[in-house]
Amino acid sequence: MRGNNIMGIIFSNLHEDLISEITDRRTMGAVPFGGRYRLIDFPLSNMANSGINKIGVLTKTNYQSLIDHLGTGKAWGLSKKRNGLFMLPPFANTSEYSNRMTTLNSIMPFFKNSTEEYVAISDCDTVCNIDYQKICSKHLENGADITVVYKRGHLPSKLHDPTVFSFDSKGKVIDVLINPNITGSCSYYMNMLLIKRELLMELITKCISKNTLNFKRDIIQAEYKNLNVYGYEFDGFAPMITSMSDYFNANMQLMNREIRQDLFRGDRPIYTKVRDDMPTKYGLGSKVTNSLIANGCIIEGEVENCVLFKGVRIGKGTKVSNCVIMQDTKIGADSNLNYVIVDKDVTIKNERTLMGFLSYPVYISKESVV
Amino acid sequence: MYPKQEVVAMLLAGGQGSRLGVLTQKLAKPAVPFGGKYRIIDFPLSNCVNSGIEAVGVLTQYQPLVLNEYIGSGQAWDLDSMNSGVRVLSPYQQVKGADWYSGTANAIYQNINYIDRYNPDYVVILSGDHIYKMDYSKMIAFHKKKNADCTIAVIDVPLAEASRFGIMNTNPDGSIYEFEEKPKQPKSTNASMGIYVFSWNKLRKYLIDDEETEGSSHDFGKDILPKMLSDGQRMFAYQFQGYWKDVGTIDSLWESNMDLLDPNIPLDLNDESWKIYSSNPVVPPHYVSSTATVQNSLISDGCDISGSVDFSVLFNNVTVKAGAVVQDSIIMPGSVIEEGAVVQYAIVSENTVIGKNAVIGARPEDIEDKDNWGIAVIGDNLKIGANAKVAPKAMISKDIEEVE
Repeated sequence: MRGNNIMGIIFSNLHEDLISEITDRRTMGAVPFGGRYRLIDFPLSNMANSGINKIGVLTKTNYQSLIDHLGTGKAWGLSKKRNGLFMLPPFANTSEYSNRMTTLNSIMPFFKNSTEEYVAISDCDTVCNIDYQKICSKHLENGADITVVYKRGHLPSKLHDPTVFSFDSKGKVIDVLINPNITGSCSYYMNMLLIKRELLMELITKCISKNTLNFKRDIIQAEYKNLNVYGYEFDGFAPMITSMSDYFNANMQLMNREIRQDLFRGDRPIYTKVRDDMPTKYGLGSKVTNSLIANGCIIEGEVENCVLFKGVRIGKGTKVSNCVIMQDTKIGADSNLNYVIVDKDVTIKNERTLMGFLSYPVYISKESVV
Repeated sequence: MYPKQEVVAMLLAGGQGSRLGVLTQKLAKPAVPFGGKYRIIDFPLSNCVNSGIEAVGVLTQYQPLVLNEYIGSGQAWDLDSMNSGVRVLSPYQQVKGADWYSGTANAIYQNINYIDRYNPDYVVILSGDHIYKMDYSKMIAFHKKKNADCTIAVIDVPLAEASRFGIMNTNPDGSIYEFEEKPKQPKSTNASMGIYVFSWNKLRKYLIDDEETEGSSHDFGKDILPKMLSDGQRMFAYQFQGYWKDVGTIDSLWESNMDLLDPNIPLDLNDESWKIYSSNPVVPPHYVSSTATVQNSLISDGCDISGSVDFSVLFNNVTVKAGAVVQDSIIMPGSVIEEGAVVQYAIVSENTVIGKNAVIGARPEDIEDKDNWGIAVIGDNLKIGANAKVAPKAMISKDIEEVE
């Protein structure tokens, strides 16, 4: 069933500095992932699959490739007469979008003109397949004002303002720590929450009037004692992309069959923009092991432990190991690559050698010629 | 009032394709999967849109569900404009009664109202059972230049094979003076491709006359074209050069899929300037595990390969488990080849499971009785039990029990 009482808000343009190489010319949401996706495909598909019909995508700068990717939202079933996808870039003044609070404040008319009772808010830098319907049921069951989504485990390194919760036996938040010094396992915030629309509007207005502009500190941390804030534990695959090596590892984890089945479930598929590529062609003498390969590639060489995006070419005699190779990159003959992240439309000529290391994969930027 | 369209294309997609056996039991021939991700109808539809034709009528009759669903709004081919695009035209009830489409010409006759609302100058008649890339706009330009009433696309075939086709015998200027349907002694090697361009005012008149002719079979090849020729209308043959294959039989369907693996055959589906569009399934990229070997094959999104795949075409979401062997075969969407199964020279239709250690088909060099060798075909949604054996050339439409 489509159409429920929830509207969605996606921050597509946060934390770019964590993977500054890949986000040099794109937003976090437009970062390519997993052979044929962009990071925004995950929150957007999750919301669409949960029956959320009205989704606003907030973006501030560098959003050409994001808009090109999303189009009218057709691929996510969000090109509709009634609601659908709303792109929400700032008006002329980007300073309005300098933090979450002012950004949300500047789209106040979007909230006012909506009729949905709840708002689901998500960032783009967590790759997962989550059902917002379940979060909403839990929210109603708990009689919560805010439900925050968390994961148990070690804090991802380099996470901006990591937020850690403690709960009582019923799952109600009883403590919120921001930037704590924790080494063991904890319940950390996945930057996803569900809140009543009117309450959100009220809290934002209050914070803006007091010039307290930190969403985590001034809403979640400041209000958990006054409001019913509950946690929702997500226990599936959910890497947060907080560094180049996290990005690399998250791609590599897709070689695991269970993880793929968890992330790309048949009943809640991850949608993306389609590009009519032919199936991938394996040449005579090609040798491919433990790799994830999208349509439209032509492989004549050796590929091992790699993610190949759409339209990649691997020439004869070339060996590519432990690499993430993005869309339409062409690698000539007799080259050798190990631990390399190659961006889109790169040309690597014949007989080139590029070597990185597991903890520090080499990155080759978009449209370079090697 | 519809904006005028200079050209309207009519795609004959109602045929059963009975020679494809189990593959067309539940769907019309144009909906048969092809080339790892396409269906046959993607080729004429993509040709239309790449040729600038904006109005396409698809005439359906036999088992239309899958085809209708696949065509949908036409969005996959950019054929979903406001006042044009693709329309599925099925037979319908009229004041004077209801008729099935009784022949190719009758099917167009019953949809004169569809064509008329675009007030076209030319109508292109296409069929949904050929694999080729063709710019129809060039053929229409030829038709205009020759001031023709009817232009028929022809392709040069080897003389030895000419007697299998409708042959067009032409004067030096390209005008046609004679048709011969499957001649024993062909005079030329110009085989009709079943692609016609008509000036609409002429065709419209001939369709109405033909409908009133007693004993007519209402067929383009048997009735309309011979009548136009005997009336002295201007009919020309348009030479097509390039890859063209009728995929109406199991052998030709198999061969045409295999042609995609041959770099010497001019059918490049990666050509940016003439893309073949299709409706894309929502599935992740395919995965090739550490135990897999894949050579000279086409593999589509969503596959999970742990066995050995050689000279084969795998559609989306096919699973080949460890120790299984797939050679010289076509595996359609969602099918599973279990551990140790061997599939050779076979077509496995959608969502079928080939059980452990089952053996499907055989290599021609491994079989003594060459006359009984052929492509083995397994229908859709079947279960072939473990250790079962399916002979070459067999056509399976029922589950097969496990063998001890």
